[in-house]
Amino acid sequence: MHGTQVHDTQRPVISVRNLWKVFGPKAARVPGSAELGALSRRELLDRTGCTAAVRDIDFDVAPGEVFVVMGLSGSGKSTLVRCLTRLVEPTAGEVVFEGEDILRADPKRLRDLRRNKFSMVFQHFGLLPHRTVVDNVSYGLEIRGVSKAERVKRAKEVIELVGLDGYEGSYPDQLSGGMQQRVGLARALAGDPDVLLFDEPFSALDPLIRRDMQSEVIRLHHEVGKTMVFITHDLSEALKLGDRILIMRDGALVQIGTGDELVAAPADDYVRDFVRDVPRSHVLTLKWIMRPKRDDDPLDGPELGPDVVVREATRSVLAAEKPVKVVKDGELLGIVGDEEILSVIAGGSDS
Amino acid sequence: MVATSRTTVSTRLPKMSIVVRNRGRIVAGILAVWLLLWLVLRGTHTLALGGAQLTTVHHWFNDLNDAIGAGRDSNPLFLYFFDYIRVGIDEFVVFVQSIIAQPSFDRPVPLIGWFGVVALVGFVSWAVANVRVALLATAGFFFLGLQGLWRESMDTLALTLAAVIISLLVGIPLGIWAGMSDRFNRLVTPVLDFMQIMPSFVYLAPLTLFFLIGPASATIATLIYAAPPVIRLTAHGIRSAPHDTVEASESLGSTRTQTLTKVLLPAAKRTIVLGVNQTIMAALAMVTIAALIDAPGLGKTVVKALQTLDVGTAFNAGLAIVVMAIVLDRVTTAAADRGRRNRPYRIVLWLAALPTAFAVWLSYTYVWAAEFDSSLDIGSRIAVWAGDATTWVQSNLAPVTNGVKDVFTLVLIDPLQSVLADSPWWLVAAAVVAISLVVGSVRAAIVSAVCLALIVLSGLWSDSMTTLASTIVATVFTMIIAVLAGVWMGRSRRADRVIRPVLDAGQTMPVFVYLVPFLALFAASRFTAIAAAVVYAVPVATKIIADGVRGVSGTTVEASVASGSSTWQTITKVQLPMSARAVALATNQGLIYVLCMVVVGGLVGAGALGYDVVAGFSQGQLYGKGLAAGIAIVLLGVMLDRLTQAAANRTHRGG
Repeated sequence: MHGTQVHDTQRPVISVRNLWKVFGPKAARVPGSAELGALSRRELLDRTGCTAAVRDIDFDVAPGEVFVVMGLSGSGKSTLVRCLTRLVEPTAGEVVFEGEDILRADPKRLRDLRRNKFSMVFQHFGLLPHRTVVDNVSYGLEIRGVSKAERVKRAKEVIELVGLDGYEGSYPDQLSGGMQQRVGLARALAGDPDVLLFDEPFSALDPLIRRDMQSEVIRLHHEVGKTMVFITHDLSEALKLGDRILIMRDGALVQIGTGDELVAAPADDYVRDFVRDVPRSHVLTLKWIMRPKRDDDPLDGPELGPDVVVREATRSVLAAEKPVKVVKDGELLGIVGDEEILSVIAGGSDS
Repeated sequence: MVATSRTTVSTRLPKMSIVVRNRGRIVAGILAVWLLLWLVLRGTHTLALGGAQLTTVHHWFNDLNDAIGAGRDSNPLFLYFFDYIRVGIDEFVVFVQSIIAQPSFDRPVPLIGWFGVVALVGFVSWAVANVRVALLATAGFFFLGLQGLWRESMDTLALTLAAVIISLLVGIPLGIWAGMSDRFNRLVTPVLDFMQIMPSFVYLAPLTLFFLIGPASATIATLIYAAPPVIRLTAHGIRSAPHDTVEASESLGSTRTQTLTKVLLPAAKRTIVLGVNQTIMAALAMVTIAALIDAPGLGKTVVKALQTLDVGTAFNAGLAIVVMAIVLDRVTTAAADRGRRNRPYRIVLWLAALPTAFAVWLSYTYVWAAEFDSSLDIGSRIAVWAGDATTWVQSNLAPVTNGVKDVFTLVLIDPLQSVLADSPWWLVAAAVVAISLVVGSVRAAIVSAVCLALIVLSGLWSDSMTTLASTIVATVFTMIIAVLAGVWMGRSRRADRVIRPVLDAGQTMPVFVYLVPFLALFAASRFTAIAAAVVYAVPVATKIIADGVRGVSGTTVEASVASGSSTWQTITKVQLPMSARAVALATNQGLIYVLCMVVVGGLVGAGALGYDVVAGFSQGQLYGKGLAAGIAIVLLGVMLDRLTQAAANRTHRGG
């Protein structure tokens, strides 16, 4: 099914259309064939010896958005993000970046795009072990031919931005995993790209450090406002960071939506299963739990917006004598009373 | 020799499951029939050939040699190809020699004298490795001077350096190519395997056909032997660069060249330096062997001394080779392990370059620093001591050493040699092919048949069988020792820590070095060559078995112990069967090493093919026979290699 499109007023930074990546012999015949394209992964492998890692994916990413791609291991999400800059060459489809189809770019243009427009942060950091932090961070500038003085200056700026000042002269193996990933982040930021790509950047870190780094990304997003495409297998990470989330399964798109959309209106059992353990009051907003106005509702209670998260509305709803009105632009959308709130907080997953 | 990487996986399982089950009994049956027939037929159809006798094949090789010799000045292939290579390499070697080894540029001495070389060696060792090995290197080279072998040592070093430089110039780019391209890697791997399994000095003779006797042939032979390790390890280093880092570099928009120079090569640096280490050690080993085709240096001193059975001189020169091997090995190993350096350290290093340059200038200018003072010579005393010790051993321990030697010769070597060499050739051939079929595969049997047929054709059947007998005896002993030591090392970490460095050191020594002590103990005989071969081959076989035993899953061993097995039962029922493939591989490698050494043993009375090869280098009319003997050695090697590999693969399948 197709997800929500970006607001009409904004032109998307990245538009992906009918993207396929098939591994195996004569992979190119698979996307073109309606018959092969319809097969399940297992059947396709048995029939053709090919594996479809990404199958017929469409999505748009808006400027300044944090777009999360989520799926279990083997769902094709890492392949998908690599297709965006052709680290993995897609088999078919379009990746349009600022009006230009990246799949048609020649090697030189592709290098330019990678040097100036995109940066990627990797799961296992991908640092150069023989270089110091500052040389790692300035690597992208070095290969562009930026002068030494200039790139060191820029590297120091981003090292400070990610909170690593004082470690400029250290080597990667002298740093903890979290600090190494900060170096990876700084390296990605150093070239001042338009889009940051993250490939499960925190899954190799332990949980406490992971939480720190997630907050770090949120902070950086506020400070530098880059468009981000973020790959993860961790739903709570996806909900925490993502403006919108794309869920993948066996290479195909299952659902695109905001966190509360996924939790409140899962597209199928797979998604429902996924979001089952999510604390609903942390994700759902009032618009998902409000009921239509009944005739006997008193209309002099307090007002709240439809996008207020349930958890934050709980106190005021329970404290109010009368049911709360959900109002947007002066229009009454619905009513939320104690009952609705309590059913989310106490209720199971099947409300 | 890295034969571990070769796994010829045959695709078809043999259909003879009954044969497979009773393999041992069938082999015993074949051997019994052979022995019976031998009793009846011994001494007939043995194809024996006297020392100076030649066959038509040998004459044909002689004629070929003469024809090539005659055509050398007119044939365009020589004028425009081989001669250019020969002259180019010759000049390069002479140039390197003129710097440190030979009088040059109208001077009575080389450009840099001993003082400068010792200082340079120390400085370079420090620069690439650390202070400790720099001191070792300085002391080692000073000792070479004390031994009275300065010029010979420098000749060896110059030849080694020249060969290493050419090997690296060729090898590193090829290694990079093999690292980046799967197709080229697939293409080059079997070629490298072949270059390394050939007994090293077999290709000396054919090379002299094209490049004459002299530095060019020696250098090219060294190149063939020494380049494979650096090609292999460079490719391996590049292939094992962390994938994430390479991808990160690409994602930042690096070109291929940038990724290669800034990511892949730095990541592979340590592995490449290890490859350089192996190449240097192989080159040193080969340069000493190349003494057989008149390469100058320590090897020549050893060969001459061996030929006159002068153990004292051979010992002194052999010691010099050992010292040089240790220095080169330690320095390059330490270079691979070197950590990061900070700035002050680098500044001190640059400052140290000044006195080094001064020392070089001194050795250029003053005679005392150019020529090693011969009054300091302790080499002749070492030679005398070693000679005295040998005489003492031979006169006082003769009952023991001769006893050991005679018992082995009478009980093992003679009977086996008699069975192999006195049987009719067709009987041996039939038996060997049959055994290949049973323990190996159909393919191994075909290879055996072809190799044996070609050996018959070479006219050296009888000599080949004598060499084969020595090889088999030496291999059996190698394997007995290797299994004992290997199991011990595999089971005990402490034993491993103690024994492994000894084995490592043993593997870096050039072959000649092993002959000297055995020559002192046992004088010149077949037994001497076999004993040296065993010592030469034991390290590699032991290591493979130790790694195999260690590789057996700890859980399985624990389960065996937990169910009440004794140590002996654990070893024989779990650890050895589970490392059967390692044992087979160790046998394969042991055979190749033994064969290589048994041939060198031709110098110390082993006779047969080894003697034929050596004689072929020195006497013109025996050239063809020597060449044929070299080919026969390769044929034996290929046959034994394929047979043991096939057996190993079959063991692997559990057949």
